Amino acid sequence: MARRENPEINAGSMADIAFLLLIFFLVTTTMNVDSGVSKKLSEKPPADYVPPVIKEKNIFEVSINRNNELLVEGERMDIKDLKEAAIAFIDNGGGEGKVENGVASGRCSYCKGERSESSSDHPNKAIISVQSDRLTEYGTYLTVQDQLLKAYASLRNRLSIEKYKMPFSELEEAYKDDKNNENLKKKVEFIKTSYPQIISDQEPTK
Amino acid sequence: MSKFRNKKKEVPAVNTSALPDIVFMLLFFFMVTTTMRETSLQIDAPRLPSATEVKKLEHKSLVTTIYVGKAKDAKYGTSFNRIQLNDKIGSADDVPAFIINARSKVSEAEVPFMTTSIKADKESSVGTITDIRLKLRDVNALKISYSASKKTE
Repeated sequence: MARRENPEINAGSMADIAFLLLIFFLVTTTMNVDSGVSKKLSEKPPADYVPPVIKEKNIFEVSINRNNELLVEGERMDIKDLKEAAIAFIDNGGGEGKVENGVASGRCSYCKGERSESSSDHPNKAIISVQSDRLTEYGTYLTVQDQLLKAYASLRNRLSIEKYKMPFSELEEAYKDDKNNENLKKKVEFIKTSYPQIISDQEPTK
Repeated sequence: MSKFRNKKKEVPAVNTSALPDIVFMLLFFFMVTTTMRETSLQIDAPRLPSATEVKKLEHKSLVTTIYVGKAKDAKYGTSFNRIQLNDKIGSADDVPAFIINARSKVSEAEVPFMTTSIKADKESSVGTITDIRLKLRDVNALKISYSASKKTE
């Protein structure tokens, strides 16, 4: 009789169920971290702007047609080969570098390219020009951009490992964590200016 | 006798009936705070292209998003080139107004750090993106990010 007096329901598992739900929510709701390929647009040129004359050999031409096919330096190419071709072009180092603030950077001392006369002079002179058609698929366009950025990234990484014994991505990460570290800042700047990302977007063809 | 004494000494069970309530409260808190999406999409959720060289977008309040893709409403046609600004489908010409509107919401010092994220479907055409880009350049919104999902090699 005493037992029937206290018919308490065992609610112990209720907590477990609630926890299960909670964990389910925690796992499924992605905080939706946006990620993307970042790019900086060039400023609008003034009306009377005359573009500087650039030597043909310092321009790496990539065109994408409306069937998403690639034409690189006048030859058809698969997207998967683009990275290597871009690396070969940027890293060529066939001549004198740019003169900045009256200081000539001279020949590229860290390049490992072929030093061919017909390809780019110096990484800081090498320009990659991407031309696409208006009807090119955006996906293809972005893949091309990505491949080019990858080419730069691997060159930067190589130089960074050579000089500072750590990949560039880690170097940048370390700098982000310690913004006031002048030494790190100098290193990051050096790598960045050694292989500046000069990718220009041409007006698409109609 | 010994049986009797044992019963008296038993520790009374701790009342845990409030535990589920607490956990449920946590659960509701999570359900409420995780906003699913700020604007309702007028276009089909863009299938983002994937890339390896992606960077995370920081400072969410400084990011304005432009969606490009196929409109849900059939009256806008079936091409993948519709542009959604705020809650409605617009054209590239509406972009400057949209950006200026977004700018008015942040303090002046932060304007240079504002980023425009373009979330475009991979089947959209480059022409549409270029139109947006030109308009962005007109209003000096130079930082952009082509939204892409991270691809692992």
